[in-house]
Amino acid sequence: MTGKKLPEWNNLDANDERDSVVLHPETNFRPENKETPGIVTDGVGSQLFNEREPGRKKPERAPLLERADGDPPDDREPLETVDLRPRLSPAEKGSRFFFLLCAVLAMGQMLLIMVFLFGEAVGLFLEQAGSPRVALGSFLFGTDWYPTYPEPAFGSFALVAGSLAVTFVSTLLAGPLGLGLAVFLSCLAGRRTREWVKPAVELLASIPSVVLGLVGMMVVAPFLQETLNLPTGLNLLNSSLILAVMATPTIASLGEDALSAVPRDIQDASYALGATRWETVWRVTMPAALGGLSTAVILGLGRSLGETVVVLMVAGGAAQIPGSLFDSVRPLTSTLAAEMGETAIGSSHYQALFALGVVLFFMTLAFNLLAWHLSRRWRTGR
Amino acid sequence: MFLTGYGKAARKRRDRLATVVIASLAGFVLLVLASLMTYIFVQGVSAVSWEFLSEFPRHAMTEGGIFPAIVGTVYLAVGSMCISIPLGFGAAIYLAEYAKPGALVSAVRLGVANLAGVPSVVFGLFGLSLFVTTFGFGRSLLSGCLTLGLLTLPTVTAAAEEAIRQTPASFREAALALGASRWQAVRQVILPAALPGMLTGGILALGRAAGETAPISLTSATAYSPALPDSPFNEAMALTTHIYNLATNGSDIAATRPQQFGTSLVLVTLVLGLSLFALVIRARLRRSRRW
Repeated sequence: MTGKKLPEWNNLDANDERDSVVLHPETNFRPENKETPGIVTDGVGSQLFNEREPGRKKPERAPLLERADGDPPDDREPLETVDLRPRLSPAEKGSRFFFLLCAVLAMGQMLLIMVFLFGEAVGLFLEQAGSPRVALGSFLFGTDWYPTYPEPAFGSFALVAGSLAVTFVSTLLAGPLGLGLAVFLSCLAGRRTREWVKPAVELLASIPSVVLGLVGMMVVAPFLQETLNLPTGLNLLNSSLILAVMATPTIASLGEDALSAVPRDIQDASYALGATRWETVWRVTMPAALGGLSTAVILGLGRSLGETVVVLMVAGGAAQIPGSLFDSVRPLTSTLAAEMGETAIGSSHYQALFALGVVLFFMTLAFNLLAWHLSRRWRTGR
Repeated sequence: MFLTGYGKAARKRRDRLATVVIASLAGFVLLVLASLMTYIFVQGVSAVSWEFLSEFPRHAMTEGGIFPAIVGTVYLAVGSMCISIPLGFGAAIYLAEYAKPGALVSAVRLGVANLAGVPSVVFGLFGLSLFVTTFGFGRSLLSGCLTLGLLTLPTVTAAAEEAIRQTPASFREAALALGASRWQAVRQVILPAALPGMLTGGILALGRAAGETAPISLTSATAYSPALPDSPFNEAMALTTHIYNLATNGSDIAATRPQQFGTSLVLVTLVLGLSLFALVIRARLRRSRRW
């Protein structure tokens, strides 16, 4: 007794999820044209050209060749295997491959940066001839940065403290100012004012930082020196002021986006309950935009942390843990830019600078992930 | 009391006070930014002349012009766009048109978002390690362009993806319904609609590349070159590093002050001009869009 045999090719339906079918000599007939297996005149073939979703799991389906219990195993040689996947033209395949390559490269860059920074830095912590091995603990927590001494010291703590200090003070200034400007643009200003002021603010965010550094040296430094009677105007306060000028437009622009995304109706509901404008802004609009607002501040903070040439020009450059606003500091970024030109490639100093780069990279990564997390957590609904 | 109480008068007072405070905060910020621009303009404008724009520096940079720095900055900015625009547009098309939600797309998107926040000096270190040392390009225009290209890649990608996503889904569906393949739909329908928006992002990135200092000084810049670069493997001067060098390292910093401010004005004009151009295109696009 033989099982009920179905001609396999004829039995394909539009939902067939397989990439190929096996043709058997007796039970199946071959399609006329092997080159275009999808085109058969039984009315279902053309459906096979539908694009499949590559990631989707194929559903379990019963075998097309139904066999009864007592049948001997089907051990005939298959005649041929026919590919059922949609045939893509070379242009189609090529373009898809190129775009995928670009996307992978855009992401892979992150890994490449890490690999190269680590690769250059790791030598500092390994045993090697001629130069001293530096313990990880003394690099991270040491406060002495004397890279060019006969007995060099590579302690990054004072530099990290310098970076954090300028970032913190500048955000303390830029946060309220930027958010104030954002609230003004989004909730107080008329449509006309907003249409002019917002692009102007965004334009100012693109002033090259070296120009702001120059202004810090020429204007802010003498001013601080004279009015506060300091030995030098190049210090923590000066660099924080300039960084605040840089970060404020960023915070204002992103903050305005977040506030504008708050649904109109919940604000109208607040007014309908008799709330004043300020009460609506403070109790309804700002809490609803909290995720976006905090993201704006953190991205502004990240900008201050990573800014190089401003702190190089106006922070003073002494590698010490700052005790007051008027101390000279040496953030990580300015150390990298100032010293990289003077070191021999492959020396301990060069490796130590790359290790500073790794520290900086992870500090900004932490801020970025925090911003990413906050913006997803409190995504402003529409 | 002024700040407490829930009577109608007290709440009105608080409202007025808050309005005044916020408006004055905003006014203060705008005032600072406006006076900054005025200062840069006033200080710089007396130094800028045709000779300043078209001549080489002379007498330890105290005289002459900044022509090689302008040329270097243009080379670097345009060269970096040759890297980041094809790659960024490609990645954006993949993310917006081809990718199905999954681990790869999340990874790409997270990578792009994080790269946008990586400090430029870290890109400079990366370029120094990869292009200057490992590939052996040395400190050269080529290394600088590649570094700046990678630096601006996330910005270009994000802006281009945004622009593609703003084309209506009906465009895509109509093309596919007419039997177009994915690539045909992208090339003939979606890209023509999205291209102005994508290029706006590119122009903004161009401005950013022109205004960067640290990555250039690590990978390609030289303080002074007697001739224009004639090959991608030459070092080049750039406006940003020129300002930095004059302001910090010169033998006579006070004597080069007009040069510093003149160069600043040229740089600011270049960068803000590019950004303004991009903003105008974007505004026109929004107004003329019919979908």
